[in-house]
Amino acid sequence: MNALDRKLLRDFQRLWAQALAIALVLACGVAILLTTFGTYISLEDTRSAYYERNRFADVFADANRAPLWLMQEVREIDGVLAADARISKFAVLDVPGQEETVTARLLSLPDNGSLQLNLPVLREGRLPTPGSDHEVAVNQPFAKANDLRPGDTFQANLNGYQRVLTLTGTLLSPEFIYTIGPGALMPDNEAFGIVWMRQAAIAAAYDMEGAFNNVTLKLGRNANINDVIDRLDDMLDPYGGLGAYGRDVQLSNSFIDSELEQQRTGAMILPPIFYAISAFLVSMVIGRIIALERSEIGLLKAIGYSNTEVCIHYLLLAVLIACAGTVIGWAAGTWLARALARLYAQFFDFPYLIYNLSYTAYALSGLLAIASAGLGAARSAMRAARLPPAVAMAPPAPPRFKRRLLDRMLTSLGLSQPVMMILRSLMRWPVRSAFTVLGFSLAVAVLVASGFFTSALDEMIDTTFNRSNRQDAILLFDPGVPETALASVTRLPGVLRAEGQQFQSAVLRNGHLEKEAAIEARRPGADLARIISTDGQAIDPPGHGLLLSRRLAAQLSVRPGDVIEVEFLGGINEKHKVPVAGIVTQYVGLGAYMDIETLSRLLRQAPQITVANLKVDTQALPELHRVLKKTPNLSGLILLDKMQRSFEATIRENVVIMTTIYLTVAVLITIGVAYNGARIQLSERARELASLRILGFSRGEVSFILLGETMLLALVAQPLGWLLGAGIAAALAEGSSSDLYAIPLVLKPAGFASASLVVLSASLIASLVVRRRLDRLDLVQVMKTRE
Amino acid sequence: MNTVFRTQDLSKVYDTGELKVRALDGVDLELFSGELAVLLGPSGSGKSTLLNILGGLDHATAGKVWFRDLELTSLNDRSLTRYRRDHVGFVFQFYNLVASLTARENVQLVTDVAPNPMPAEEALSQVGLEHRLDHFPAEMSGGEQQRVAIARAIAKRPEVLLCDEPTGALDSKTGIQVLEVLRDVNDRLGTSTAVITHNAAIRKMAHRVVYFLDGRIDRVEENTTRIAPAEISW
Repeated sequence: MNALDRKLLRDFQRLWAQALAIALVLACGVAILLTTFGTYISLEDTRSAYYERNRFADVFADANRAPLWLMQEVREIDGVLAADARISKFAVLDVPGQEETVTARLLSLPDNGSLQLNLPVLREGRLPTPGSDHEVAVNQPFAKANDLRPGDTFQANLNGYQRVLTLTGTLLSPEFIYTIGPGALMPDNEAFGIVWMRQAAIAAAYDMEGAFNNVTLKLGRNANINDVIDRLDDMLDPYGGLGAYGRDVQLSNSFIDSELEQQRTGAMILPPIFYAISAFLVSMVIGRIIALERSEIGLLKAIGYSNTEVCIHYLLLAVLIACAGTVIGWAAGTWLARALARLYAQFFDFPYLIYNLSYTAYALSGLLAIASAGLGAARSAMRAARLPPAVAMAPPAPPRFKRRLLDRMLTSLGLSQPVMMILRSLMRWPVRSAFTVLGFSLAVAVLVASGFFTSALDEMIDTTFNRSNRQDAILLFDPGVPETALASVTRLPGVLRAEGQQFQSAVLRNGHLEKEAAIEARRPGADLARIISTDGQAIDPPGHGLLLSRRLAAQLSVRPGDVIEVEFLGGINEKHKVPVAGIVTQYVGLGAYMDIETLSRLLRQAPQITVANLKVDTQALPELHRVLKKTPNLSGLILLDKMQRSFEATIRENVVIMTTIYLTVAVLITIGVAYNGARIQLSERARELASLRILGFSRGEVSFILLGETMLLALVAQPLGWLLGAGIAAALAEGSSSDLYAIPLVLKPAGFASASLVVLSASLIASLVVRRRLDRLDLVQVMKTRE
Repeated sequence: MNTVFRTQDLSKVYDTGELKVRALDGVDLELFSGELAVLLGPSGSGKSTLLNILGGLDHATAGKVWFRDLELTSLNDRSLTRYRRDHVGFVFQFYNLVASLTARENVQLVTDVAPNPMPAEEALSQVGLEHRLDHFPAEMSGGEQQRVAIARAIAKRPEVLLCDEPTGALDSKTGIQVLEVLRDVNDRLGTSTAVITHNAAIRKMAHRVVYFLDGRIDRVEENTTRIAPAEISW
């Protein structure tokens, strides 16, 4: 190691506190980039591998009842490589030891040969024997949650007939990586499962011999998916086609998509902030070191070191800081990514380990750290390189202060000399002051942006559960039942009140824009599942038109008064022109609402219901479950209270983790900016401050100058931080909104205030640490030192 | 005698915008191989400016400078760096040691880049500091620090040694020790040495004394009899 390198290492050692403050900020960027980008890549890779190996379908469609011979034509559609016809039904199960009613989706397995698409992975046991009418396999998480093993039996209500089913094995399927029951907000493996049964057995139970109601297609590389969907729709329309769709709308896949999108947004928004702040801090610190080492630079040049060597010497110091940040960031990022992978394991069911951080993510985050630190140091290092040796050897000229207009105005205010010192210094180095303000404001912004999630969650839960969905339970009927059946529902044990709703699949069109949605129809005055208008009031859909949720209206680009085309699916495929009567607030799903009489008139049928909303006496719940398990036509049950609790608990836990991370991050940014700022000021002003002490200023008065500048900048940064934070929050809300849910942008004064409080306190503490150095300043020594 | 440095009508003007300072005003001077020359003059008389130009640290405004046959005034920055690296040793008033490096490492700064250096330990023993190799500057007295600076300057076996007020920050006793080292290096290694000082007492150890006044050479004196540094006092 040569002498210059040793100087480098010792400088790095000497500057450890400042270097650490910067390295920690940089580490945040590295860790977040590693986590988000790494998770993005590993999730995406795992998913594609799984899809590829298990032949996840490209197109999915449901119908009421289509003849099997139609499959011949389906397979001949241009671009279709393979197609599976299946029977898919919802049923209610009675699982031993489980008091609650369990909902299951039944899927058929061919009796002859095997599935070509969506191949399940056998995890335990074996598949049901072909031809068997009582053997089933279930998805592994469901078996685990209900403590079911191969050989166990449970009861099922299949089309009104009670049957005893025997479990032969557990499976995982690429179709159900994220398994969520109808109408649920979160996966609940105890209450919802997938049950695979042989085709002949389901067909017999549901009167589907020679027919199917679900088809999946694999397309060739060059196939035009829209053409295929159109052709398939045409073929299924006579058989009650419910509209074919691609992977993008497939439930499990779209949940993973939205998670991927969130990771991508995270990787795009936050890490650049940290890298930029680090670059600024490095530029500040290296700039100061170079100012202090002016004569050493002159010396290095005098003894023959070239400009490049001098430049590289200082760049390497920045690189060392970046390396420290990278190592810390990698460690934190690896830990965070593992934690995230554990979280994913709760929700996503992959047959193999999904955590496998790529080298690319490590390399990219590290290279960006080095690049940003290098960029920060570049200007100062180049200035050092260009410094003529003779000039470098001479003491630097005192900084030039000029009496400009602003200065004269300030002077006329009769401010004290220490205040003038602070203000003049800010004006003398406006760029540095501006960047310091920006650094503080980004810390505030990070806090505002993370704090918003808590308020947004409160708003979401309040709107979804307290104001909109006030029912205790939802009964699902598939197919629908006449509205008159509501009377028997009301007679069920413990039911205090029951209201019916019909969900009708439809395609909504406005010009070239179209969206498939489920229209919710209800009677006026429905009080259990209410529609909330944009001004927070419960409203009823008017007799003549549709109410659309804000996001659906935005996607169709319609406003109240516009007329859209509604094409009903799954029965009579008729098109109607319907006016948009209003826009409503809805955070979960893309809702469209209509009066049940209007819908029935358009469908030309007597009012039907597919859902019954119940107000239930909780005391009677066990009895209700007992009866429901035996109720024919019932295809599922959702308990709102349980759903709300699990939704809240899960999301709150995530929000707490995230808020903690962001809080740490904001404090680290603040400390990085405040500590380095104060430390550099102390270094620049040591002589001045020592002179003031010699002149008789007290420690407190001298510290005022040192702390004043940093704290003034921190204060000035607050409004900008609020503004930036609101912007970032809006971007995050926008970035994480999908067809499935939207996060409302809720910003509260308390959020801004606590963000400011944290940043101001952290900067005060960081400055006070520097102040301790000021107290220890050896006055005589400082005055003797040659600048 | 061979000429090491020759200047011709050398001028240097510092332009600060509002003020033009003529630091050198038409200097013609020759320094010879193996000689120890003292450049004497009050502060602001231009001697440091001349030394900086001779050492390749600064550019002249007008006139020419030759180091042997090499015209320094025609060199670009890169060539000047090369020239300093290969031929010149510097000693400064404030030692300019790197605080974070030990005595040995400070010397190694030079030996790492010079083409034909002596070992750092040898250079330090030349100035009598073989027992202080691993001390940091802060652990040494001013005289010792200056001797490290001299060791650093001579470690590359330079053809010329340029010393800017080498005793300026030292008391008379340590100053004389430093002068003894300089005289010794000049005698034993034959390194041409130029010493800038405003301390007239030092002139008596030189072969020649160049007097500066207001950016010009006032006069040049040759010492017929030189005295040893030990006999100097101030």
